[in-house]
Amino acid sequence: MGVEGIGARVTRKEDKRFLTGKGRYTDDMTVPGMKYAYFVRSPYAHAKIKNIDATAAKAMPGVIDLLDGKQLQADGIGNLICGWMIHSKDGTPMKMGAWHPLAVDTVRYVGDAIAIVVADSYGEARDAAEAVVVDYEQLPAVTGAVAALASGAPQIHPEAPGNLIFDWQIGEPDAVDQAIAAAAHVTEIEILNNRLSPNPMEPRATLGIYDTAEDHYTCYTTSQNPHVARLVMSAFYNVAPENKLRVIAPDVGGGFGSKIYIYPEEIICLWASKKTGVPVKWTSDRTEAFLTDAHGRDHVSKVKMAFDANNRITALKVDTIANLGAYMSLFSSAVPTYLYATLLSGQYAIPAIHANVRTVYTNTVPVDAYRGAGRPEATYLLERTMETAARELGVSPAELRRTNFIRSFPYQTPVIMNYDAGDYEASLNAAMQAADWAGFAARRAQSEARGKKRGIGMSCYIEACGIAPSAAVGSLGAGVGLWESAEVRVNAVGTIEVLTGSHSHGQGHETTFAQLVAGRLGVPIESINIVHGDTDKVQMGMGTYGSRSGAVGMSAIVKALDKVEAKAKKIAAHLMEASEEDIVIENGELKVAGTDKSVPWFQVALASYTAHNLPSGMEPGLKETAFYDPSNFTFPAGCYIAEVEIDPDTGETDIVQFVAADDFGNIINPMIVEGQVHGGIAQGIGQALLENVQYDENGQLLTASYMDYAMPRADDLPSFSLSHQNTPCPGNPLGIKGCGEAGAIGSPPALINAITDAIGHNKLTMPATPMKVWQALQTAH
Amino acid sequence: MTKVTLTVNGRAMSGECEDRTLLVHFIREKLGLTGTHVGCDTTQCGACVIHMDGLSVKSCSILAVQASGSTITTIEGLAGQGELHPVQAAFKEHHGLQCGFCTPGMVMTAVDLINREGGTLTEETVRAGLEGNICRCTGYHNIVKAILAADAEMATGRQAAE
Repeated sequence: MGVEGIGARVTRKEDKRFLTGKGRYTDDMTVPGMKYAYFVRSPYAHAKIKNIDATAAKAMPGVIDLLDGKQLQADGIGNLICGWMIHSKDGTPMKMGAWHPLAVDTVRYVGDAIAIVVADSYGEARDAAEAVVVDYEQLPAVTGAVAALASGAPQIHPEAPGNLIFDWQIGEPDAVDQAIAAAAHVTEIEILNNRLSPNPMEPRATLGIYDTAEDHYTCYTTSQNPHVARLVMSAFYNVAPENKLRVIAPDVGGGFGSKIYIYPEEIICLWASKKTGVPVKWTSDRTEAFLTDAHGRDHVSKVKMAFDANNRITALKVDTIANLGAYMSLFSSAVPTYLYATLLSGQYAIPAIHANVRTVYTNTVPVDAYRGAGRPEATYLLERTMETAARELGVSPAELRRTNFIRSFPYQTPVIMNYDAGDYEASLNAAMQAADWAGFAARRAQSEARGKKRGIGMSCYIEACGIAPSAAVGSLGAGVGLWESAEVRVNAVGTIEVLTGSHSHGQGHETTFAQLVAGRLGVPIESINIVHGDTDKVQMGMGTYGSRSGAVGMSAIVKALDKVEAKAKKIAAHLMEASEEDIVIENGELKVAGTDKSVPWFQVALASYTAHNLPSGMEPGLKETAFYDPSNFTFPAGCYIAEVEIDPDTGETDIVQFVAADDFGNIINPMIVEGQVHGGIAQGIGQALLENVQYDENGQLLTASYMDYAMPRADDLPSFSLSHQNTPCPGNPLGIKGCGEAGAIGSPPALINAITDAIGHNKLTMPATPMKVWQALQTAH
Repeated sequence: MTKVTLTVNGRAMSGECEDRTLLVHFIREKLGLTGTHVGCDTTQCGACVIHMDGLSVKSCSILAVQASGSTITTIEGLAGQGELHPVQAAFKEHHGLQCGFCTPGMVMTAVDLINREGGTLTEETVRAGLEGNICRCTGYHNIVKAILAADAEMATGRQAAE
């Protein structure tokens, strides 16, 4: 471990610009002649558009133009798509309804875009949008997943009768039913996973620039994956061919999944720039973000878990209904299927598993991946069930988990995943020790003496990251491969640019990726720049989500570095008249092993570009590209423990301690990994205690501002206790598993297990607000 | 349009704006200082916190015309060119930022908190003091650490000066 290499706690290279106000986010961009967009959006959850009268709006001060969905359609701009095909168990393909970027005849959720106004200022665009008169015929709406499947429910898309998108299954239903029939004990539970809004602090924004002379488009956008945005806008939405479309995702202020997708606004601003002849910038306000950013979670599940007389799990049966909202977002179909049901084995050896998943349309914001994406739903379901089973069976939650842990690897689950490495008991032991589990009874007695209720709860999570082997996801329906690319470009003076298809929006890639290179070559970290987020600079990439940038993105850099080093060694061997096999790279020099002969790194770089004295036949230059396609998913796992104290008079939950023990494989920068866990836990606590997207019966979003949607604030949270028990991942060159989502996955069940432990029964749903906890305590009395 | 004149980061600046223009939009769009951010529309998130006449203010909660004549410090003016204020340095040292979007407001709030309660801050009072600033990345853990460290550092500086 060097001071700047892998494993070092290096402070971040990117921090200074963010700390001094020099970050460059999409809304900070201005270009000559730029104008501002505002969208006319539906105030109804479900309605026919009878007429749009823009006469008054177009006459308003500063208005350049107003464009609607019919014009967009006439210009051949395509509908938005879901890029992951799922087939129902009867073999029929998922039933995808049309999603027009601007609604043409029907609106299906509050916030559905109808028209764009372009004006000299944001205020003038907004004034004009408010003057547009849309004649609606209101239709009945449905917002709940279960209600949407009921007979007589309002029908949202003609393509999907009964609002059912697909009815999918995984696993062995007969084996599961037989095991349940033969079980010594069956735990049954209904699990609700609440609906969330991701809420990165930077609202979405986009700047579309059309160049008439070159017939070329530039799109600045708040994206986690600009190359995918270019691919999709080009291949499916007919915005422009790829060579005529540049997508730039500059500094991006958080994503958490919500900035993976290609939304209507990017497409429309590019198109509007061509129509109006001016660059068009749109920036979401926070209410628009609640109304249009893809939401997360929203599952209703029924669970049966069967045990034998030795408390070993013999089967798991899950029936889930997932709410996908009004339209199928880009990866929405994958979240409640292959990112969810494939993790239902958890950390446990379960011989038989069956999951049935129905996805439904409702008159709500489209639902897609949010930090964890399917894995929090699986973990919450399993860990609430395990906790409930332990209480029913009269054994400690730790003992029930220990009895059922998977202990040898590789382990093939009944639901596709093949776990490659792990030590679940190590994390459980570390967490229990850190939390002083053994001392809980005494602490509870102290709380009771003060009139408080105290509870403790654990959760043992596993997730699948390093997304993903391209052929495997292709066979499961993915429309893209999930490899990553890297280019290592050594300049003539020896400084290095690393071009990556990953994208950093808070994860610190400019530091961790540079640490990898600095450690390998022994050159100063300041001499390395990481380049990302621009389709004109980086050839291709799949972006950042699913905790994949370390395991997949850095592995691509390793491959490119291997090639650079091999060529550099050839040059050095030639310069020193030594054998290539004897050259080693250390401390910024290429040395002949066992001698005092060496050449500095920069001299080899220079030699490659002067090309005066290269090995015969060698091409000049020192620049290599690599694509890395993972061979398997990675499987981060761990154990989280929450301890809470509840005031029975108010129902308020105080998190007394929160302990996380994680196995992320090898770690590049512990400081950054800890930061990822902190943030994930905060979002998980948010889900468990505070956050909930709520609609009224007409489909109006009641939680569309920070006055109504409870974001976790500093005084809602404790400091966290973290530790790592790392088993290196055997599947990638760095042994990395990924750490971005674990906190959000492991924490909600730990919290709810703790709170239900305190209140003494299980009748509690997330978020466990003071009102709900207080009501639950009255039920207990 | 109304003319607004301010002293911003030590320099006299002025510009014309509509009466309804919020100070944050004036700072970002008329003065070109884009370090001050807009993260919500209900004065909840604190990404727009600046110092106005020495006190922290959410610049989305005041009209530019109301601020005319005042002295403003934005994140760009907190330290000298190329330097970091002790609070900025502590945020870097303790990894108190990730995506950076809430960071300018967090830092400006933290500086004001230390100015007002420096030397007496605890984890609890720092968390209470950050009630008006939302961060979605860090879980606040390292922000709290950074502010306490900066407070200690600045207290040492004050003692040395006395």
